[in-house]
Amino acid sequence: MRRLINTRPTRLGQYALGLLPFVILVVIYIWASDARLEINPNDKLMPSFGSFANAIERMAFEPSKRSGEYLFWTDTSASLQRLFIGVSLSAFIGLVFGVLNGSLPLARAKLSPITTVISLIPPMAILPILFIIFGLGEVSKVMLIVIGITPFLIRDLQSRVLELPSEQLIKAQTLGANSWQVIVRVILPQVMPRLLEAVRLSLGAAWLFLIAAEAIAAQEGLGYRIFLVRRYLSMDIILPYVAWITLLAFCTDWLIRRVSMFLYPWYQSNGRQS
Amino acid sequence: MAYLEAKSLWKTFGDSVVLENVNASVEKGEFITIVGTSGCGKTTFLRMLLGVEQTSRGKLLLDGEPLADEPDENRGIVFQKYSVFPHLTVLNNVLLAREFEQSGFLGKLFGKQKQLAVEQAMGMLTMVGLEHAAERYPHQLSGGMQQRLAIAQALMKKPKILLLDEPFGALDPGIRADMHELVLEVWKKTKINIFMITHDLREGFYLGTRLWVFDKVRNDPQQPDAYGSCITYDIAVGKVDKTIYKKIDNDMTTTRKTQALQE
Repeated sequence: MRRLINTRPTRLGQYALGLLPFVILVVIYIWASDARLEINPNDKLMPSFGSFANAIERMAFEPSKRSGEYLFWTDTSASLQRLFIGVSLSAFIGLVFGVLNGSLPLARAKLSPITTVISLIPPMAILPILFIIFGLGEVSKVMLIVIGITPFLIRDLQSRVLELPSEQLIKAQTLGANSWQVIVRVILPQVMPRLLEAVRLSLGAAWLFLIAAEAIAAQEGLGYRIFLVRRYLSMDIILPYVAWITLLAFCTDWLIRRVSMFLYPWYQSNGRQS
Repeated sequence: MAYLEAKSLWKTFGDSVVLENVNASVEKGEFITIVGTSGCGKTTFLRMLLGVEQTSRGKLLLDGEPLADEPDENRGIVFQKYSVFPHLTVLNNVLLAREFEQSGFLGKLFGKQKQLAVEQAMGMLTMVGLEHAAERYPHQLSGGMQQRLAIAQALMKKPKILLLDEPFGALDPGIRADMHELVLEVWKKTKINIFMITHDLREGFYLGTRLWVFDKVRNDPQQPDAYGSCITYDIAVGKVDKTIYKKIDNDMTTTRKTQALQE
């Protein structure tokens, strides 16, 4: 008998084993839902898959009776737009300040303490301030995402820049580069794939802030909808929405990873060190 | 007047003395190999030549002028690792020196200017035997090829002195012999001043025209840091003539042959 630590699943077995927990979860849900519906056919807490299908049909493929919009798609596009603007803005600010802080000791001395302090402020605590300053429109939601994830991006990129071997910076100087050229040709291109990595890590937090802001004040959006239908205990809408958000998050993550692999082939595997 | 001069040079970090009273003068075109035990200050000396460390006392003069207190294009450097840029192809790594020179803002060349620079870079790559790998990224190269690239990259700027910091320390013996050949060839062709640190005494003897040994003259067992090192041996290991080259060539070929037999 081989030791357990040396026993590996086959390729097919790996997929099967990976799928297993999902199957178990679904089976348990169906069993529990059936049990509840048998006692009370109007139970709202654990709807059957049939009512999920109905709810999706109603939200995504039939115009709303009140506004004539396809609510599911308006919600999705509103949320994705906010997320995209917020994350892009944060990535840009994070890149600029992260690279500045990392490359120039004079900038670091000035900006590093304040970044650290700002990153410690709980963003949700200042959400009211954002609503007061920017109103209840789009800006305050985007701002919450920006305030929430930018300090992390700045700090992460700063340390990525500092991680670059000093040999490289010295070499560039002996090749006649000035500070600006070192930043544009040596530091910036090497930090780009690391920026994408940091953005991937911060997407979870970005979704969190987005849904929180939408829950409090919005006209449409995935988070807004979930909190709206909560009043009617509409689990048949909430659960598909949550699954949809999860799928969107997964796809964004996958997409960013693909883009990074395509744009920065040297960064993958051992490209990090040479 | 000597090309490069160290005048009663001292280097201290706090209380510990690393180098004490180093005096040396080097003529144009000399190839100096530096050996010494670890912690003897040979790397500190190289870092001062490079401009990363400053002298505590004394002077370091190149062509009668004090060396700049930060790295500049007078000095080329090849480290043991991390000397090349992982995000650039081999060709772009070599091109970089020209691009820094001719394009201040973007640091990138286009069109005719680029074509000219590419021609020069390809010439340099041919010299180090990398012309077939121009489009590859550094992580696709072997250790020896990466060091060849680092040398080509440094030479592109035509530095006055070339500093090699244990450049072949991480390479296999067989590949190391090839690299010795390459360095000698480069030195013959460019007549550049080379300073090379090595921990391999044999390497120090066979390469170069002059061998420096860094060591401590005085030792205090109670306080090892009290005294620094200086150059204890300064030996001319070869005269720049054909017979010496032949001898080196021969030695290297024998070494390589023996290694080939062993494999």
